[in-house]
Amino acid sequence: MHPAPSIIVFTTLSGLGYGLAALLGLGVLDPSLVATKIAHVLALLLIAAGLASSTLHLGNPQRAWRALSQWRSSWLSREGVMAILTFVPLLWSAWAAVIESRYLMLPGLLGTLFAGITVYCTAMIYASLKSVQAWHTPLTPLCYLLFAASGGALLGLFFAASSGGPLLLLSVMAVVFTAAAWTAKLAWRRNMDAMAPLSTPESATGLGDIGKVRLFERPHMTENYLTREMGFRIARKHAGKLRQLSLLSGGVVPAVIALVLPIAGSDGGLIAALAMALAVAAHVLGMLAERWLFFAEARHAVMNYYGG
Amino acid sequence: MTSLPTQPTAKKLGLVIDLDVCVGCHACVVNCKEWNTGGYGSALSDQDPYGADVSGAWLNRVHTFEVMPQGGEIVGEAGEARIVHFPKSCLHCEDAPCVTVCPTGASYKRAEDGIVLVDEDKCIGCGLCAWACPYGAREMDLAAGVMKKCTLCIDRIYNETMEEVDRQPACVRTCPANARHFGDFSDPQSAVSIMVMERGGMDLMPEQGTRPVNKYLPPRPRKSLAASAAASPLAEDTEGAKGFFAWLDGVLDRI
Ligand code: SF4
Ligand code: SF4
Ligand code: SF4
Repeated sequence: MHPAPSIIVFTTLSGLGYGLAALLGLGVLDPSLVATKIAHVLALLLIAAGLASSTLHLGNPQRAWRALSQWRSSWLSREGVMAILTFVPLLWSAWAAVIESRYLMLPGLLGTLFAGITVYCTAMIYASLKSVQAWHTPLTPLCYLLFAASGGALLGLFFAASSGGPLLLLSVMAVVFTAAAWTAKLAWRRNMDAMAPLSTPESATGLGDIGKVRLFERPHMTENYLTREMGFRIARKHAGKLRQLSLLSGGVVPAVIALVLPIAGSDGGLIAALAMALAVAAHVLGMLAERWLFFAEARHAVMNYYGG
Repeated sequence: MTSLPTQPTAKKLGLVIDLDVCVGCHACVVNCKEWNTGGYGSALSDQDPYGADVSGAWLNRVHTFEVMPQGGEIVGEAGEARIVHFPKSCLHCEDAPCVTVCPTGASYKRAEDGIVLVDEDKCIGCGLCAWACPYGAREMDLAAGVMKKCTLCIDRIYNETMEEVDRQPACVRTCPANARHFGDFSDPQSAVSIMVMERGGMDLMPEQGTRPVNKYLPPRPRKSLAASAAASPLAEDTEGAKGFFAWLDGVLDRI
């Protein structure tokens, strides 16, 4: 599948934003601290930027409101509805924290729950497509949810480190969620590598009864919408390297920094904040690579008709 | 409404495509584009139409495959390989995944005849339906920003201003080899149903669970290369020549 930058940026930023919002909803950061207030605003900005980016690839964005109507059948529609609903508790919580320096349990926990559901809906857009076999597994939403939790906890730890928040608790959360996310992701990759293709040129043409089927001529000489959108192929050697880089940058580096902070006896401060800023930056880079691979490595059934 | 009809549709309109007969002339492809660029919905745009990198939205495309029979003899590059021309357009699936994923309600399947359509005034051009279709039957129109797909020429088949004989999809009407047939699959007595029964009409990618309405008739079995070769006379051997050829053989031998 073609790794469209707008969708990669959308899923990465909104995952991070919802992760941070979910963490703030648990009330582990002191709302009277400036850092926590900034965190609330940042979560909202990340989510809004992600959503704005997701409308960039639409052919007719002025009608985007119509996408809220088919929540009965469509995960994309459910995602849209949930994204808007989630803003209610998040804005409420943010108001309470930023203006009144208060943590409110009800909107807080609702925000955490809704953020999780929204991320789940995003993941299900992909996981529900049988035509893209690598995505069509419950591991897909599991990865999206855990990556959001990992990103949220890492950002939470950054804000705790810069303001003297509960370092140990957040460090444990960050390490546990990051490890869990990558465990799920490695299982996802093993699943993709091991799968026998559901559809083949033989089943796509129905000619398998006669023998082995090979594309002889494409319908036309140049690319078309389908081959551009779904015909993306990444060289295996590059995929292997990128996989390792994404794990290193998105998992190992931030987890190690998050682990070392409390062990080194840090109780916040400039050094700790800088270290965590580095951890978050590494995580975001790793996630961008991971999302890029999520698309680039996935093969669409239609390529059976295009010899790819 | 992007939920699929809960009951089986009253009619199941669709195409039968005969892979034994199709000669890969692309007439159906061209006539489809010709009709549909001026028919239902926005025009089917092309990008860089006269340039080197031309591309555009088409609703019907003909692929060509080579099939190598099991145990087939390989002579040179091809040997017993068969060439099969393979037209492909929307199969108007009964469990159409393209319909249920649509967030806007633009994609729908008609309860009365099972035709899968896009309401272009509702379409936001998100492209998700094209991802959901395993057959590549949907293409985005890059000029209008809306999804295009085969309508089964809905503006022909019910069009009473046309002569009866023309109330057929453009591709069916134009096919010079008679490889394409249009009809109602819910009627077991219809010509298309009978064809499918007699010739073992098949579904494409049944494993995707889409239950396509359109059916493909497989190419008829062919004699092996060896069997065909024995039947053709060898030019070097004049042994069995009769009449005029025997006389010519004699004359040529003498001079
Ligand atoms: S062929 Fe593709 S576009 Fe047509 S109904 Fe089936 S899934 Fe939908
Ligand atoms: S491109 Fe149009 S028809 Fe297809 S899913 Fe999106 S809104 Fe629906
Ligand atoms: S017009 Fe008929 S013979 Fe020609 S490519 Fe189409 S189906 Fe095949």
